[in-house]
Formats: sequence, C-alpha cells, structure tokens
Amino acid sequence: MKTLIDYILHLADNSFINGHRLSEWCGHGPALEVDMALSNISLDELGAARSFYQYAASIEGNGKTEDSYPSFRDVREFRNVLLVELPNGNFADTMARSFYFDAFQFHFYTALQQSSDKQIAAIAEKSLKEVTYHLKFSSEWVVRLGDGTDESKQKMQTAINQFWEYTGELFSMSETEQDMLKQGIAIDVSLLKDDWEKTVADTLAEATLRYPMHIEGGWFQSGGKTGIHTEYMGFILAEVQYMQKTYPGCEW
Amino acid sequence: MITKQEIAVLLEQVFDPEVPVLTVQDLGIVRDIIIVNDEVEIVISPTYSGCPAMHMIAAQIKVELLSHGIEKVKVTEQLSPAWTTDWMTESGKQKLELYGIAPPQYKLNKLPGDKEVVPCPQCKSTNTQLVSQYGSTACKALYKCNQCLEPFDYFKCH
Repeated sequence: MKTLIDYILHLADNSFINGHRLSEWCGHGPALEVDMALSNISLDELGAARSFYQYAASIEGNGKTEDSYPSFRDVREFRNVLLVELPNGNFADTMARSFYFDAFQFHFYTALQQSSDKQIAAIAEKSLKEVTYHLKFSSEWVVRLGDGTDESKQKMQTAINQFWEYTGELFSMSETEQDMLKQGIAIDVSLLKDDWEKTVADTLAEATLRYPMHIEGGWFQSGGKTGIHTEYMGFILAEVQYMQKTYPGCEW
Repeated sequence: MITKQEIAVLLEQVFDPEVPVLTVQDLGIVRDIIIVNDEVEIVISPTYSGCPAMHMIAAQIKVELLSHGIEKVKVTEQLSPAWTTDWMTESGKQKLELYGIAPPQYKLNKLPGDKEVVPCPQCKSTNTQLVSQYGSTACKALYKCNQCLEPFDYFKCH
C-alpha cells in the first residue's frame, strides 16, 4: 500500500508543481490571452493533482486529506520530476519546459488509461483530454517563436537546449514504478521515449529549430522521483506552504 | 417518496455559476440519481478537472434539494467516462448562443481538425477567427468575428 501511495503521489506532484509554476505567470503573461491560457492550464493541472491527492488520502486514511500532501510534506518527500520544478525563466523557457512535459504527459496518460487501477485509469482518461490542449498550446508557441524573428528563434533554441538534460528522467523507471508495473498499475515509461521523441522532433522541425542532438546519449539529470530535488524546490514549497505552516489547518 | 423524475426536474433549477443560462441538465453533467430510503445521491461528472464551478454546483444542488425538503443529499463525482460536450443538450446549445457564447459545433468523432467553422453568435457570420485556445474559462476559446468585429467566446468541443 505504501508503494501505491508513493506512485500516486508521484503522479500528483508532477501535476501540482507544474501547475504551480504556470500559476506564477498569472498577471505577468506577455499578452492577456497568454496570461489567461497559462492560468487555465495551471488550473487543469491543479485539478488533476487534486484528484490524485484525494485518491491517495482515501487509501491512506489515518486523517489524511487532499491538503495533507501538498501542504505538509517536505522537499525530500515530493516525487515530481525535476523538469517541472525548474524556474519559469523567460516566456520561451516556460514554453520549452511545458512543451517537453506536455508531450510527455500526452503519451503518458494515453498509456495510463490501461492501468489496472480503475481510479488511476479514470483520472488519466479525464486528464488526457485536457493535456491534449496543453500540448497544442505549447507546440504552437514553440513553432511561432522558433520560426519567428532572429531573436525569438535564438531564445527558443537556447530554451530547448537548456531543458534537454532534464528530459531523461521522464523515461527512467524508479523502484516504485517497477513495483507498480508488476501489478499492472504503473506503465513502463521507458517505452514512451520513441513516441515522445517523434512528437518533439516533428514540432522542432516545423519550428525550424535544431533537435538537441549534440547532447543525445549524454548525461541526464535525475533524482526527483526519489525525492532528490534541485535547490528550487525548497523555494516553491516555502511559497506554497507558508500559510498552512503558520496556521495549520486554516480554511477560508 | 420522491422519485428520480421529480429530482431530475428540480435539477433543472440548478445553474452553472460560470455560464448562468445553463442548468446542470443542459450541461449533461448529471450521470445518475440514486435514491436509497430517504437518502439521495447525485452523481456528477466534472467538466474540467480544475473547474472551480464544480464545488459551487455541488453546493447549489444540495441547497436546491434542501429547499424542497430533501435533507439527506450526497453529491459524488464520477470521472470515467470523461465528460464531453457531446452530452450537452440541444436546448442548452440554443441557450448558449442566445447568451452570446458560440455553442460546440461538432460531435467529438466528427471534428474537422484545424478547420472548425464557428459562426459568430451575434451576426451569424462564419467569417470568424480563433484568437486563443483558452478564453475566460478552460471550457472556452476566444474568437473574433471578421464581419461584425465583435470578440466572442466559443464553448469548445471537448
């Protein structure tokens, strides 16, 4: 049961931290429409995270609620991949990070619909419809900026290169995932790599951007799935948790 | 003893707080009504995972039934099959258009890809253009009409 909860929290934390990062754009988007889009995508991600947290709480019992996990765990207990916790940077940076992650979530949820766990499969089915829009949004921006002005192209290419080393972790299986795979609950993320690379390569080609080949086969960052995070994670949690840590259990 | 049909009629009085011309029945989010003794369970499907209106809708359902003397009400969520605009009623779509929001134009299995034609809810012209995939809420996209030049929301096919 502990492993199952760990797996569900991995799914929840991915969406939660991604949603939180995108919410930081609220009021700062380069145009009103983009601002609203990012807030809506953020909301979808928080919604998916909430479904997973609720499910984890229902299994764990013991007074746990959907709020226990995001509000009271410390950095080392979070199971999200490193990619989603990286800072927003400029708009091209956020679009590159989102594009890599949206493309992953698209293929991931497509496969996760086959989970033997009915609730996980249901959340995957629901989220896939939403992630399809997210991927469309971030892909369009990668193309628009990549195939745009000299400056936008350079910024988009830099962003695409910069996040590359954080994409390997998406396709590496943690011990928790391996255990859950044996029970048919998790999926084998390493099998998603080819589909993901094709999605990425097709969009980058349309964007007239270079696929980050020079780093291919190189070294990838990892650690998020086992709780070893970047230095940014603590700052995110400080922002997310300060209210509940100051006034535990407060509601409004 | 209250019947399912009577409760279904009461639910016609529960409106979406974001799009106040639509009832929960118009939206097609009511999946089931289960009555056991004097307890009523309403099963609803969320439109979008993070839609803040869902919480409000659940509260409004309870208030509506309570005002008709039904005290024991439970609202539960069903995620699968995932809600789709295919479940929206025809009268709901008409109400949307009169309200100034273009209703979903296609069934999901008949989507024409990027060639969706969305008529302007004001002047009915089909000479319209997508401004943003996301409008004022997750369920809507932002369009503008090239004929009457008005911007408008499109309740996108989902």
